[in-house]
Amino acid sequence: MKPAVLVATIVFIVLAILHQDVWNWDNADLVFGFLPVGLAYHAGYSLTAAVFWALVTRFAWPSNLEKWAEGSDESTDH
Amino acid sequence: MTPIYIILAYLGLLLIFALGSKKFFRGTSADYFVASRSIGPFMLLMSVFGTTMTAFALVGSTGKAFELGVGTYGLMASSSGLIHAACFFVIGIRLWAIGKRHGFVTQIQFFRGRFESNGFGYLLFPILVLLVIPYLLIGVIGAGKTMMGLTGPKGPKPGLFPELFEATNGAIPPWITGAVICLVVLGYVFAGGSRAAAWANTFQTLVFMAMGILAFTMISNKLGGLGPAIEQAKASHLVRTESGHAGVSPVTFLTYMFIPLSVGMFPHLFQHWLTARSAKSFKLTVVAHPICIAIVWVPCVLIGIWATGVLPPDATPGAVLAKMIGILVKDPVIVGLVTAGILAAIMSSLDSQFLCLGTMFTNDIVLHGSKRQFSDKQIMFIARGFIVGIVALTYLLSLLLFDKNVFDLAVWCFSGFAALTPLVLAALYWRRATKAGAYASVIATAGSWFIFFAMSGFGGEFTVFGGIMPVAICWLAGAVAMIGVSLATKPPSAESVARFFP
Repeated sequence: MKPAVLVATIVFIVLAILHQDVWNWDNADLVFGFLPVGLAYHAGYSLTAAVFWALVTRFAWPSNLEKWAEGSDESTDH
Repeated sequence: MTPIYIILAYLGLLLIFALGSKKFFRGTSADYFVASRSIGPFMLLMSVFGTTMTAFALVGSTGKAFELGVGTYGLMASSSGLIHAACFFVIGIRLWAIGKRHGFVTQIQFFRGRFESNGFGYLLFPILVLLVIPYLLIGVIGAGKTMMGLTGPKGPKPGLFPELFEATNGAIPPWITGAVICLVVLGYVFAGGSRAAAWANTFQTLVFMAMGILAFTMISNKLGGLGPAIEQAKASHLVRTESGHAGVSPVTFLTYMFIPLSVGMFPHLFQHWLTARSAKSFKLTVVAHPICIAIVWVPCVLIGIWATGVLPPDATPGAVLAKMIGILVKDPVIVGLVTAGILAAIMSSLDSQFLCLGTMFTNDIVLHGSKRQFSDKQIMFIARGFIVGIVALTYLLSLLLFDKNVFDLAVWCFSGFAALTPLVLAALYWRRATKAGAYASVIATAGSWFIFFAMSGFGGEFTVFGGIMPVAICWLAGAVAMIGVSLATKPPSAESVARFFP
């Protein structure tokens, strides 16, 4: 496994664990005076996921697959 | 009547826009089915996001937040941001490479090739169709309910058309809404195929995202701003702690993460992956999908939470968004625009699935089993005929099942697709996966899914062992069957493996 893919896999597992945020379960505080903390955390989580995938597509892109895909034009297409 | 005129204008505009793609139509079956593999990054993002969101996006998210509270976003949206993108990256890009190399168009073609089994296609096809039908029903029933809410009685006053529709007290009955929605979608899918569907999806996705934000802004203004809006909401809905119907258990929250895996086996997404223009087309979808989810879901979940302070607790969850707009905003133009947005979210899911089923039936059942040579015209005729049949079946079923809770049905449909993902993961990444393992995996998944589905009373909300979502168990059953049976049977030939592994 390439180092970038290994790092991406580890970060993915960490993000999956962080999704559980048990520490926010009964926290009714408001962020910016209108966002319940449980919602603010997960909205931030969505943005973090986007940044994570941006980094994955930058550093762990499977360019070998693109080369392999171009290798044959055998077609069963209709 | 203003909202009705706006909705009709929207449907007309949609048809003109989608049919505008016809000037690029090359008249071949390849163009009809896969737009000649020309769908670029932005349209791919809009198509994938639009088809994934269904009626759940605006109506379901608001209703679920009204029921469960703040946990709805973590349960259904943020997990999807991580898992959907993972499926696009891990499954989608690899499938694109295989589709490009071998010319596959449909999911069944891929699995038949990978497991060297024609019979496997005949096993998988009916399962996929049966799972897609509830997905289609969510849309048509959701549209019917939305229009009934919009035009139905408000308090003691009858609905908009009391003389025309006495049986529904003046509301537009579901048979009319269903017929209009099905005919509009059928119209552009029939005429323009996958390119028209992609154009329509792009347009509709932009519309429903914009209308969600519009509804959010208008409602928050009427409640006195963002701060006062949240202050009048029920305190029980600001946390995930279970109290009454609100909240969610930690086990359910954890095992719900299996549901977003469903995108890994949706036939219409499979087709997008197999036929995208290039691997790079996926980059935007992978990165922007979690952001698009946040743009739609954060406002809708907030509206659902605010509604707990406005509506009685026994309000129908599916009607929460329409009621909040109707009670607070009242402006008929806004009501019309937001309703058009809801219909856009619904139709953007229907078109790709109708088209995909037509493509699969034509390629995997008719052409695959036939020694006859078909012309391009004949192939498109068969596909269009099957699409008309599926639309008619969906329409009839939507009338029969109109009173069912469509969102509970949706979770069962997503669970079925999600539980099938061990099959695609093994097919793509495990050289040792065998035909027998594939059969065992599908049978174990379908069998366990059906048992839980029956235990739920055929479509109700259901968890097992103190809150575990059935999908987690079905997924494990499929994975264990795939691994166990593959290891116990003869490995696939070296030539076969070489075709599918770089």
